[in-house]
Amino acid sequence: MTVRDSVHPSDTELDGPSASPGVVGRQGPPRRLLAAGRNIWRQLTSMRTALILLFLLALASLPGALLPQWSLNASKTAQYLVDHPTLGPWLDRLGFFEVFASPWYAAIYLALFLSLIGCVLPRSLAFVGQLRMDPVPTPRNLQRLPHHHRAQAAGTPQEVAGRIGAGLRGWRVVQRTETVGADVDGEHPAGATIVTISAEKGYLREVGNLVFHLSLLGLLVAVAVGKMVGYEGSVIVNAGSQFCSTSPASYDNFRPGLLVDGTDMAPFCVDVKSFDAQYTDQGEAIAFTAAIRYQAGQDTGTDRWQDGQLQVNDPLRMSGERLYLLGHGFTPKFRITYPDGTVRDYSQPFAPAANDPNFTSQGAVKVTDPPGVTGDEIRKRQLAIVGIFAPTALVHAGIMTSSFPAADDPGVAVDVYRGDLGMEGGRSQSVFSIDNDQVAKGALVKQARKNLMVGESITLDDRTRITFTGYTQWVSLQTSFDPAQVWALVFAVLLLTGLMTSLVIKRRRVWFRLAPAGPAAAVDGAVTPEPGGARGGAPDRTVVDVGGLARTDQAGYGEEFGTLAALPDHVGGH
Amino acid sequence: MNETLAQISDLAFEAALAGYVVALVCYAVELASRRGVDATPTEAASAALRAGRGGTSTITRTGEGRDGTGAEAIGLIPAAPVASWGVRFGRAAVVVTVVAVVANVLSIITRGMSVGRLPLGNMYEFTSVICAAATICWLIVLAKTGARTMGVFVMLPVVILACVAGTVLYVPAAPVVPALNSYWKWIHVTTVALSSSVLMVSGAASVLYLLRGRYERRLPAGAVVTASTGAGPAGSGSPQSAGAPGAAGSLSARLPSLPTLDRIAYRTAIVAFPVYTFAVMAGALWAEVAWGRYWGWDPKETCAFVTWVIYASYLHARSTAGWRGRPAAWISVVGFASILFNLFVINMVVSGLHSYAGLN
Repeated sequence: MTVRDSVHPSDTELDGPSASPGVVGRQGPPRRLLAAGRNIWRQLTSMRTALILLFLLALASLPGALLPQWSLNASKTAQYLVDHPTLGPWLDRLGFFEVFASPWYAAIYLALFLSLIGCVLPRSLAFVGQLRMDPVPTPRNLQRLPHHHRAQAAGTPQEVAGRIGAGLRGWRVVQRTETVGADVDGEHPAGATIVTISAEKGYLREVGNLVFHLSLLGLLVAVAVGKMVGYEGSVIVNAGSQFCSTSPASYDNFRPGLLVDGTDMAPFCVDVKSFDAQYTDQGEAIAFTAAIRYQAGQDTGTDRWQDGQLQVNDPLRMSGERLYLLGHGFTPKFRITYPDGTVRDYSQPFAPAANDPNFTSQGAVKVTDPPGVTGDEIRKRQLAIVGIFAPTALVHAGIMTSSFPAADDPGVAVDVYRGDLGMEGGRSQSVFSIDNDQVAKGALVKQARKNLMVGESITLDDRTRITFTGYTQWVSLQTSFDPAQVWALVFAVLLLTGLMTSLVIKRRRVWFRLAPAGPAAAVDGAVTPEPGGARGGAPDRTVVDVGGLARTDQAGYGEEFGTLAALPDHVGGH
Repeated sequence: MNETLAQISDLAFEAALAGYVVALVCYAVELASRRGVDATPTEAASAALRAGRGGTSTITRTGEGRDGTGAEAIGLIPAAPVASWGVRFGRAAVVVTVVAVVANVLSIITRGMSVGRLPLGNMYEFTSVICAAATICWLIVLAKTGARTMGVFVMLPVVILACVAGTVLYVPAAPVVPALNSYWKWIHVTTVALSSSVLMVSGAASVLYLLRGRYERRLPAGAVVTASTGAGPAGSGSPQSAGAPGAAGSLSARLPSLPTLDRIAYRTAIVAFPVYTFAVMAGALWAEVAWGRYWGWDPKETCAFVTWVIYASYLHARSTAGWRGRPAAWISVVGFASILFNLFVINMVVSGLHSYAGLN
């Protein structure tokens, strides 16, 4: 992450504005355009711009967390619009309820990624160049470096160099020799051969850095591909029923990717055999399991089924598509005996009330085609059973609530309406409730209200008898298809690897200058005592200058440098 | 469910909370006692300057003083001090911190044993783990840098979090709902807790950096230049101006030096950032298993992304000329705020898929 530092040319922001005016003044329009373009490019790829774009990205994401979003919760967003009649529509027009699909959000991240490309590509090229080059020659004056050490070691410069080289494992090392022209510094006699060693390590840091940034690009592409060709569909299926995914129409709710037209969906069928929920005695859920059998691919449409099981946090992975168990609820069953003696069974999934751990559920059973009536009479005789289902019914002062989430003693508390349900008007209705406008108009009239346990019934004034016969359970299933998500994972792993590499590995440089010890050096005082060394034997002693430079994160080099500075003595010195 | 262990866990948590409060008070006493720590190069420079001008010295290190007698009056500490009272309180603070964190860890372990799962199933357990991890991180930082005066500022959020955990967030030991029962969840929540707590220490260091920086800018120009660049001995300076720093400044004077604070903030951030990145990824993997998509811009996911971007900016800013120092510290503070916002406000106020964290 400590990327684009001084290496990047456009970080020296002075050089853009200061260099260009002179050039622009003298050149023709094409050149001027070119220069302007280059300036814009430099500005865009500068670190400052990248940082500002990062802030903008963070800032622009915030409304996505703080305001309701159409894609996440449409009803809440609509409610927000109702509550804020002046501000809401403006926010909606500006895309604040669909932040991550809004043009301005896309503009920010595209500019950011452009900036990133403009930064990373030249850096990659420069890095390849660096890999080919030898470590830089030893600077003239090692004393000016942040880390410096001077000592004497036994042996000729060549011997010392050999020892140092052996100790620099894992470093890129280049050994050079220079000849002193004249006795300039008074330390080395003219004509003496000086051996220098340049070593550098930590190249992997830059590799990690580049991998990290390139993986970000890869991740963006993988996410984009997923949004293009992927889809999600959800559907409610009663236990004991089948569901086949053949087209978007087979789902209750379908969210296609931009390039999905529904013609090319891999078909599969699921047969929900049963659903089982386990609870503690306190009513806390322990496990939800749906036993299913399914057929996918070539098996579809045959009678070859595979057994499977769906659990929360444990989806079924077919070829390409994934099937999730997202929720569950109850479907009360009613038997209606009509005045003409016809008996029909009805059932309808009820929706669990939000935040009720005991699963009191609400819903409506609608009878749109009562038997024995025709023509306009139908719209006077339609029936609706509206109310709540309580898996473990507890009636207190005539009001039914649920006292436990499992269906130990199910009951319903229902209102029965008769009249015109208002289904022909073309207005869509919720499957969980009736159109209250029809009730207000008097088109739909309440006939009875009663609490029913299993087997109990209501008889209406026209001798229609409604019996609560029991319940089944329903499961809410979701199909997800995203062929690019594996690539998103791959790039995420690469990203993390690159990030860690670039943070853990440190770039270090060290230089050694090995000169045969002259008389001046001995006077210098910085002499390492060498018990075994021959006293006064000038040729087999070497003055070692060590200089160190940490290219990233100075702290911590001191100790390591100490070990490096000891290399001439310690390796093979004893 | 083991009731005895659950009770032990609750008791240990109370002990830990008490310990954190005592430690906070001890750190505060040391910070307020004026002679708690060795003078940093900056302080030494500043003090030398003032002494040279014959003015009052704010950083004297005499062994005994008003604080000694004050403490004696309370009757807590035996006579014949060898170290100053401030230092004694500082050392006591560290000891109490260690004891408290041991109690906290014990509370976490017994809680986990009593429910037979990782104790990260609700906001209470999560916050408890954050407190313990932040304190352990602080002890490591303390061992490496000796910046004990920072203790107040690390322990303050820990105490607040522990109080909130023990009161508002507390729920009795119980198994988790099926939606939370996934091994990705454990990985996700553990790494989020660890990285958040380390980033908390980082954020505290950055806040102090800004305080200290403000204090140093009020000092005569040049007096602190050497220290703020971090290299070389404290040396040259211009004469002190007539106005002494204000009361707030004199508290800041006892904070660790700017380079130390910057190093603590940066080191902790680069440890925590990859862990945080991994935590977000583990969350995405869990989301893929639980909700059918790896990323859906749920408020919590969005906020995690924002936090990630802020810390990415921090690391970039710190290596960009013109953005080092104060601007970088500000970014780090904003990141810290966003972590806290994401941990608590999002879960409790904004409704989303993450809002089931044991609060209904």
